[in-house]
Amino acid sequence: MSFFGLDCTRNREREVERKIRANDREYNSSFRYATNSIKTSKYNPFTFLPLNLFEQFQRIANAYFLFLLTLQVIPAISSLPWFTTVFPLVLVLTVTAAKDAIDDINRHRSDRQVNNRKVNVLINGKLISEKWMNVQVGDIIKLENNQFVTADLLLLSSSEPLHLIYIETAELDGETNLKVKQALTVTGDMGDNLEALAAFNGEVCCEPPNNRLDRFTGTLTFDTQKYSLDNERVLLRGCTLRNTDWCFGLVLFAGPETKLMQNCGKSTFKRTSIDRLMNVLVLFIFGLLALMCIILAVGNGIWEHQTGSKFNAFLPRKENIAFSAFLTFWSYIIILNTVVPISLYVSMEVIRLGNSYYINWDRNMYDARTDTPAEARTTTLNEELGQIKYIFSDKTGTLTQNIMTFNKCSINGKSYGDVIDHYSGQRVEITEELARVDFSFNRLADPKFLFYDHSLVEAVKLELPDVHAFFRLLALCHTVMAEEKKEGELVYQAQSPDEGALVTAARNFGFVFRSRSPETVTIEEMGIQRSYELLAILDFDNVRKRMSVIVRNPEGKLSLYCKGADTIIYERLHPSCNKLMKVTTEHLNEFAGEGLRTLVLAYKDLDEEYFSEWKQRHHESSVAMDEREEKLDKLYEEIEKDMMLIGATAIEDKLQDGVAQTIEQLAKAEIKIWVLTGDKQETAENIGYSCSLLREEMNDVFIVTSNSPEEVRQELRDARLKMCPDTEQDQFLIPEIILGNTPKVVQDENVNGDYGLVINGHSLAFALESNMELELLRTACMCKTVICCRVTPLQKAQVVELVKKYKKAVTLAIGDGANDVSMIKAAHIGVGISGQEGMQAVLSSDFSFAQFRFLQRLLLVHGRWSYLRMCKFLRYFFYKNFTFTFVHFWYAFFCGFSAQTVYDEGFITLYNLVYTALPVLGMSLFDQDVNDRWSLEIPQLYVPGQLSQYFSKRAFMMCALHSCYSSLVLFFVPYAATYDTARDDGRDGADYQSFALITQTCLTVTVCVQLGLDLSYWTVVNHLYVWGSLGMFFLLTFTMYTDGLFRLRPSSFAFVGTARNCLNQPNVWLTVALTALLCVLPVVAYRFFSSQIYPTINDKVRYKVCKMKEPAPRPRHTRLIRRSTRRSGYAFSHAQGYGDLVTSRRFLRRPALVSTGFTPTGRSPGFKPTGRSAGYSPVGREQNPKQKVEPTSLQMFRAVKDSSY
Amino acid sequence: MMASSYNAKDEDGLHPGSVGSGGPGSVKSKKPDNTAFKQQRLPAWQPILTAGTVLPAFFMIGLIFIPIGIGLFVTSNNIKEFEIDYTGVDMSSPCYICAQNYSWDSTSVCTCSVPFTLDQHFDSNVFMYYGLSNFYQNHRRYVKSRDDSQLNGDKSSLLSPSKECEPYRTSENKPIAPCGAIANSLFNDTLELFYIHPNGSRIAIHLVKTGIAWWTDKHVKFRNPGGSNSNLSVVFQDTSKPVNWRKAVYELDPADPENNGFINEDFIVWMRTAALPTFRKLYRIIQKKKDNMTPTLPPGNYSLEVTYNYPVRSFDGRKRMILSTISWMGGKNPFLGIAYITVGSVCFFLGVVLLIIHHKYGNRNNSADITN
Repeated sequence: MSFFGLDCTRNREREVERKIRANDREYNSSFRYATNSIKTSKYNPFTFLPLNLFEQFQRIANAYFLFLLTLQVIPAISSLPWFTTVFPLVLVLTVTAAKDAIDDINRHRSDRQVNNRKVNVLINGKLISEKWMNVQVGDIIKLENNQFVTADLLLLSSSEPLHLIYIETAELDGETNLKVKQALTVTGDMGDNLEALAAFNGEVCCEPPNNRLDRFTGTLTFDTQKYSLDNERVLLRGCTLRNTDWCFGLVLFAGPETKLMQNCGKSTFKRTSIDRLMNVLVLFIFGLLALMCIILAVGNGIWEHQTGSKFNAFLPRKENIAFSAFLTFWSYIIILNTVVPISLYVSMEVIRLGNSYYINWDRNMYDARTDTPAEARTTTLNEELGQIKYIFSDKTGTLTQNIMTFNKCSINGKSYGDVIDHYSGQRVEITEELARVDFSFNRLADPKFLFYDHSLVEAVKLELPDVHAFFRLLALCHTVMAEEKKEGELVYQAQSPDEGALVTAARNFGFVFRSRSPETVTIEEMGIQRSYELLAILDFDNVRKRMSVIVRNPEGKLSLYCKGADTIIYERLHPSCNKLMKVTTEHLNEFAGEGLRTLVLAYKDLDEEYFSEWKQRHHESSVAMDEREEKLDKLYEEIEKDMMLIGATAIEDKLQDGVAQTIEQLAKAEIKIWVLTGDKQETAENIGYSCSLLREEMNDVFIVTSNSPEEVRQELRDARLKMCPDTEQDQFLIPEIILGNTPKVVQDENVNGDYGLVINGHSLAFALESNMELELLRTACMCKTVICCRVTPLQKAQVVELVKKYKKAVTLAIGDGANDVSMIKAAHIGVGISGQEGMQAVLSSDFSFAQFRFLQRLLLVHGRWSYLRMCKFLRYFFYKNFTFTFVHFWYAFFCGFSAQTVYDEGFITLYNLVYTALPVLGMSLFDQDVNDRWSLEIPQLYVPGQLSQYFSKRAFMMCALHSCYSSLVLFFVPYAATYDTARDDGRDGADYQSFALITQTCLTVTVCVQLGLDLSYWTVVNHLYVWGSLGMFFLLTFTMYTDGLFRLRPSSFAFVGTARNCLNQPNVWLTVALTALLCVLPVVAYRFFSSQIYPTINDKVRYKVCKMKEPAPRPRHTRLIRRSTRRSGYAFSHAQGYGDLVTSRRFLRRPALVSTGFTPTGRSPGFKPTGRSAGYSPVGREQNPKQKVEPTSLQMFRAVKDSSY
Repeated sequence: MMASSYNAKDEDGLHPGSVGSGGPGSVKSKKPDNTAFKQQRLPAWQPILTAGTVLPAFFMIGLIFIPIGIGLFVTSNNIKEFEIDYTGVDMSSPCYICAQNYSWDSTSVCTCSVPFTLDQHFDSNVFMYYGLSNFYQNHRRYVKSRDDSQLNGDKSSLLSPSKECEPYRTSENKPIAPCGAIANSLFNDTLELFYIHPNGSRIAIHLVKTGIAWWTDKHVKFRNPGGSNSNLSVVFQDTSKPVNWRKAVYELDPADPENNGFINEDFIVWMRTAALPTFRKLYRIIQKKKDNMTPTLPPGNYSLEVTYNYPVRSFDGRKRMILSTISWMGGKNPFLGIAYITVGSVCFFLGVVLLIIHHKYGNRNNSADITN
């Protein structure tokens, strides 16, 4: 329904083939292709009313009421005047229309903004800045770096060699890695020659508009030559140009015909589980309505047959009995329509909107650092937040800040990094107030680097040789690239943020890495520039777990510098280091205990002959045809031995604030957290431990990293058998799934003890196959913690879908990057971490905020309240409407099933709109069982929501039964009290009008009392609403029954005087009191009884709150100190490092460094890794911290390499 | 009930005052306002169901309801009521013959005399009702078959009544006044009461026929067309009488212009339709004697003289005549009294049961700490 505009244009005519001639607007316009202006809005001021009404009446509830309205104008059926339906309907339509109008205005605004973007268009040989909306098919436009692609273009030429361009396609497919497109040589040769471009008259013949992003076919005819075109030549709207100065393109598809627009709107419309339950209930209600009406119609038939026919003298009847029963059926459909909740949907929307605003307004979910408040981007999912069972979290940027900081180090047996209080000798906790080390002596220092231990900088200044060696190693042994745009402004591009952190640390302590060339590394040691000859890089891989460089210093001395995992290095140390090793090991244990990642540094002096001989062998090996790897490994092993230990570094992978506490809280709320990360297994495990997802006390942590389906299956099965030896085998499950269409819901299996599961992407790919997914799910669900590492965005979504498919549970996905988009869209609730650069996750999320820790407030406070409120609302709403309606049912047995209403028509109209609307709205906007602190203090309060205990089919049935009871009381007490009696002046007191008034007074009072009983949080507003509504009832009742209104329209206000004559009777008030009490008494007794015998967690907490007058003190979370024996290692790259690229000479197309004598040749797509690993910043987050797994950056490399052949 | 008012002013977030305070002149922060409403910290009364509130409430309700119930019951019992069915279903009934020869339009008058005896004396004003059973005055088609505008004296409605009155809207091409099924079926028995003095003489008891309708009905809802002083027969000359009526509406009480036409009280009482198929309507009032010494109706033999017009046999209806005194709570109706006593007792009993339960389980369960 949202693509009205698009549909119209698309259906204009079936385009078979598209013909375009460049630079020929006249020719192209003969085909009437769409222009580049887009229209996502649905209405304009004139079409709004008819279109909107048309749409609204497509909704079943509204259509139903329209149908009722038509019934009501048929006199034979009409049991209620038309206005009883029209007023609520008009109100509902108005509210919805207002909301739609606001939405559409926003769409208009964004359309206008997009349409008015500027782009350079080549017109008559000149570049003219035009609005996007004026761009036409066949135009040639010029794009510049970082610009959005205006329309679907045929790439003509670019600034880069080989006519390459780089684009980011995040908006299209969510992938942030750059993609390469290449122009045809024939067009590319035109370059930026405007004359040539203006004279270009190529003709394109291509496929009609479609939505396939990965396919394009067409031909270009130019100079009588035909060239075939494919996807490689086409730039799609929605992409962004990157790393390319400029490019020219020919517009192929514009505006609504672009592939982006043809694809849009696929975003799935999320509904909450309550919505789905409501759909079932509404069907049930319709069934109930039909049943009641059939019963009453049959009753009418019988009555007419037995009594009515004899009553003809008084009440003549024209129809025969069957027809009369038929009419009665419809009459009762009208009267009993209030069981179908028309205003329910609108009220639910209002409540959700209100509760969404609370999220936006919450100061406790506001992040001051980035000035971002939390935002509920979808206002229709609130109560689902109170039912989350599974959280799928991204790691980088979500749990961690993706910031590595050099925290501590151990140099020659001395540990640096801790701040020791001079007086007490105790370690001081590092906070922001603490005095930082002043690096002003170093003009090249990175101002964002923070360090608190002054002794280290003293040591550097004292020129301790060990300390110098330590930092020299850090400055030399790495594969970081330096970029120095301005003198003294260094920017490092590192393969992994860890490396960046180490090099930056060295930089700040006076060993500044400035530049590198294939043969040299230039560093500035304490202000003196020195150039080291780089002889070899012995690179990282995940087997070696170490990296070495061999350099010759300016003095000509040869050294090998090595850094690596402690266990690996320790095996290769010179025996003389034993003593130092012991001390360093102690330090390493200490570092690891704090969850820091450690590296050990060592060096070795080499002598010239040995090295040249080694070098020779190395050269031979590296060109060997067979067993090259093995030979090289052997050589590396040979040279990396008998090294001298220098020390160790400790790097902190900074968690977001409060991650561990949040996870702990959520675990208490029985929410399961699965971490899905593209990161390496070691990193993921480390983070698992440091945010206490994995704990050392766990009985076991299963690690599944197999490379074949059988092994994966076996590992999963073994894990399950270990957790629960008597678990059933899966055989019985699989056939059922094949047979039945609806997948079986897999129940949780109970496990004793805590287990964790780590599974990597390879294994996950096998495990997600349909024949093994149950195996995975069952095993994973038995574990307390699941970590999936090295997973692709698609796999993230698959995991979420898997849980959604087999578990009757609500899932939430939280992430911050484009690779999380699929998962965010797949989960019931998607949460985006905002305040960072990449906005894709936020844009596709339902809720967004800046910090992971806000999640606990979102779920435990807002989610729980929203769920509670919504459920209370629904229960009460059904109660009040059913009670109201069922009275008619009972009355039917006493009025000859004639569809006579019990109440006054005015009351029927106003009951839902005025008398009972606000109190229940007040309840569902303000109610809280316990305040937010207690909600956070006792996360167990969240559990009832996960089990859907507050509103379910059972709860609904209870409501219906309760209503049934209440309606019986409401009818029969006034019945008995007025039966055959008179007023206190002897006059008539049991007439229809008095009876109606008594019953409706009883009803209003009863539902108000019931509301008061349900309401646990009486704010001023609630008092106002409840008492105001009661007051309103009496006020309006008296008003409607006044003489004046009666004189105005005697037939509409026929109840004149009833209120005065009736409500002055003590009898009436006694009846009202009795009715209200009788309705409420069983409820109170039952609630009290169950709170005594089976107190729920809510009962207990509320009782506790009640006893403690003071609010609970906010729990002070002490810094989490883990006594861990687990050594947290450095995370090594799975892929090979950049080492060979560094020495290969090929990569350095970016010269950049003046000092090394390279001459700049302009920007080129040289070494610029854009992956997650590259974006590195010591503390700030300026650089794009996102988000790509390493291979992609290498792929980019290869693209560059290949292209240069 | 217990109240625990909570009015916290807690610090924001984990870093109190450290960041984001934004000095003057700085860019407007997006930090949400710190109002009690937006932060959901509105002070509130939070009642909960505890033993301390529920149990006393139950006992209190018991203690209040039982005396009220007893009071109501005694009051209701003190009301004197006498009821006699004069439908004439049984052969032995004096009105049997009249009941047999029914037809709406019979011109002959059938009267019957029903003797009865009062055992007690009736003091104060005595109200005389007629009661009908199984008469569906609350049937939807019946209820809406009237024209309130016409009854309110509207001239145009008088001449063209509402469609709701069908099929009693027009007769002989003239609009019916008053139109509709309700008016058409006006109760038209005449009841007279005689006291049979022990010496055998029949003393007619004076029955007051005004003051039986609601004041608002008589003075607001029902008005004769053309004002109070006009000549009713002229006003109604273009209308036809309801088909079942023997006389026109302006002949209902020619003696009293204040009780004639639409404002005839018997008519008004009838037009106030009953809620249930069994109902009674006030017919006459027997006013208490001036001297206050002698009872309004002394014990003894009486005779009810019925001019039997109204047919109810066809639909198995019954006609009753009721004599009743009145109390502050209206006519005789023991229901409320019994209900109050029952509910009060149940409350008391529930209170005791819940008290026992509370003693046995409540303390154990509620003091159990919430495992963190």
